[in-house]
Amino acid sequence: MQRSLIIKLSSAVFVFGAWEIAGRIPVSYAFPTFIDSMAALARMSLDGSLLAAYGETLQPLVVGLIISAFAGIGMGLAIGLNAKSEWLFSPIFIVMQAAPLAALIPILVMAYGIGLTSKVAVVCIMAMPVIVLNTSSAVRNTPVSMKEMATSFLATKRDVLLKIVIPAASPVIFSGLRLGVSAGFIGAILAELKITPTGVGDIITYSRSIADYASMYAAIFSIIVLAVVFLNLLEKLENILFAGNNRGYVSD
Amino acid sequence: MSQIKPLHMAEPAIPDIAVSVMDVSKNYGSVEALKNLSLEFPRGELTSLLGPSGCGKTTLLKIIAGLLPATAGKIEVNGVAVEGPGDDRAFVFQDFALLPWATVLRNVAFGLELRGVAKAEREDRANTYIKNVGLEGFEQSYPHELSGGMRQRVGLARALSVDSQVLLLDEPFSAVDEQNRRKFQEDMLELVATEQKTFIFVTHSIEEAVYVSDQIAILLPRPSRVSEVIRPTGFRHKDVANIRRDTEYLDIVDRIWSSLRNYVE
Ligand SMILES: Nc1ncnc2c1ncn2[C@@H]1O[C@H](COP(=O)(O)OP(=O)(O)OP(=O)(O)O)[C@@H](O)[C@H]1O
Ligand SMILES: [Mg+2]
Repeated sequence: MQRSLIIKLSSAVFVFGAWEIAGRIPVSYAFPTFIDSMAALARMSLDGSLLAAYGETLQPLVVGLIISAFAGIGMGLAIGLNAKSEWLFSPIFIVMQAAPLAALIPILVMAYGIGLTSKVAVVCIMAMPVIVLNTSSAVRNTPVSMKEMATSFLATKRDVLLKIVIPAASPVIFSGLRLGVSAGFIGAILAELKITPTGVGDIITYSRSIADYASMYAAIFSIIVLAVVFLNLLEKLENILFAGNNRGYVSD
Repeated sequence: MSQIKPLHMAEPAIPDIAVSVMDVSKNYGSVEALKNLSLEFPRGELTSLLGPSGCGKTTLLKIIAGLLPATAGKIEVNGVAVEGPGDDRAFVFQDFALLPWATVLRNVAFGLELRGVAKAEREDRANTYIKNVGLEGFEQSYPHELSGGMRQRVGLARALSVDSQVLLLDEPFSAVDEQNRRKFQEDMLELVATEQKTFIFVTHSIEEAVYVSDQIAILLPRPSRVSEVIRPTGFRHKDVANIRRDTEYLDIVDRIWSSLRNYVE
């Protein structure tokens, strides 16, 4: 515990140190130092503009991630358990995962306008495929011997799903969720850059246009920090729901 | 431990049959695993299935358990045809089939959990069997923290704790060393004597089969049938320590080896 904290801290010091040095050289006139960026971050936090921006950015992000998590895991389970729904859903998500999002945005805007709906859709398109595909492949790879064991001890179909399939799939489902959350963050920012500049996307666009690069980097930095916090919360949730998952695995 | 009572004395009484396998065949696609296999398992006795690897021992056990449908033929447990898994049978799996995310205690109690037994009661019963198989102190360990032999015993305790009349054991001692194997074989004899259950026991080892069995069924390679059923009678009531020196024991081991060696090229 102690040791991993030291490693994390020293890696942070290393990265931020490199950032500071690169900003002082400077690598590019558009690359601020770490200290300038942090100063801009502090200023935006104190004057409330960052808070207001997150009020806007978090709406499509949270709504999109909640939809993606529930619908994605649900569909992933259906696809993994049932070959018929695989034929129905699987192609959609493979296409969704492969499609270049930037090309889809104009279509979304035409269909849903420039409001919240389009932005939620962008978050979902980014986050959902990886959740669905991870869940379905994890479910499909449930060890047969465990299902057989449960059946031999008179498990019902529901028991097999709740006590074998889902716990066995949960580590892979959660890694899908983690990837989905990261992708959802990208989606939320992308939507604000490509559809209408609001929230954090607006800070990025605006501060770039007035060459206030410190603010721009501060906004980017804050979104990364938020994403990391989110991913850590997800890991906590996994450890609460599936206490056995952080115990290592037997292969047989 | 040393006073194993003879369950069946030398007189050839017609034994009460717990499980009967009638003309069972099983094909996996074009692979014929079992062909017209018939065999009866007397109640309260231990019957070994002995045969070369891949001859269909696990397949037969799973058909008896109701986990696999037979292609043809019929299985009866206590005179009732098998349609699927039932609470009269419990399985010990060759590959252990433990839940990696659950402790030894929960794994052993899992059969009872699925039967809806209340937590306090099932853990109580599980603890008894954890002790019986010699895993006391490991209740809160996870399977990956145990040796192969210990995992196998978790599977055994899980099957014992549901208290089924018929126990299906698929090579339960394959992952233990020779010393422990001998110890478990003795424990097995005690279990058969005390538990009043019908044991169907798969093994590769001729010595093990002769040592623990009331009846040994020798299976031929695929497509498998029963080639011979041997009932050792003379040494069952003797002291377990002397069985391996008994002349009947040695004769039977020899006889089985000479009939199996034809298939070992
Ligand atoms: N699910 C399956 N699909 C196709 N063939 C199978 C399947 N399960 C078993 N078989 C085949 O059936 C035969 C019998 O297999 P089984 O597992 O019953 O053998 P076994 O006697 O238990 O072998 P071992 O002693 O090595 O455990 C083997 O030849 C195997 O290839
Ligand atoms: Mg086998």
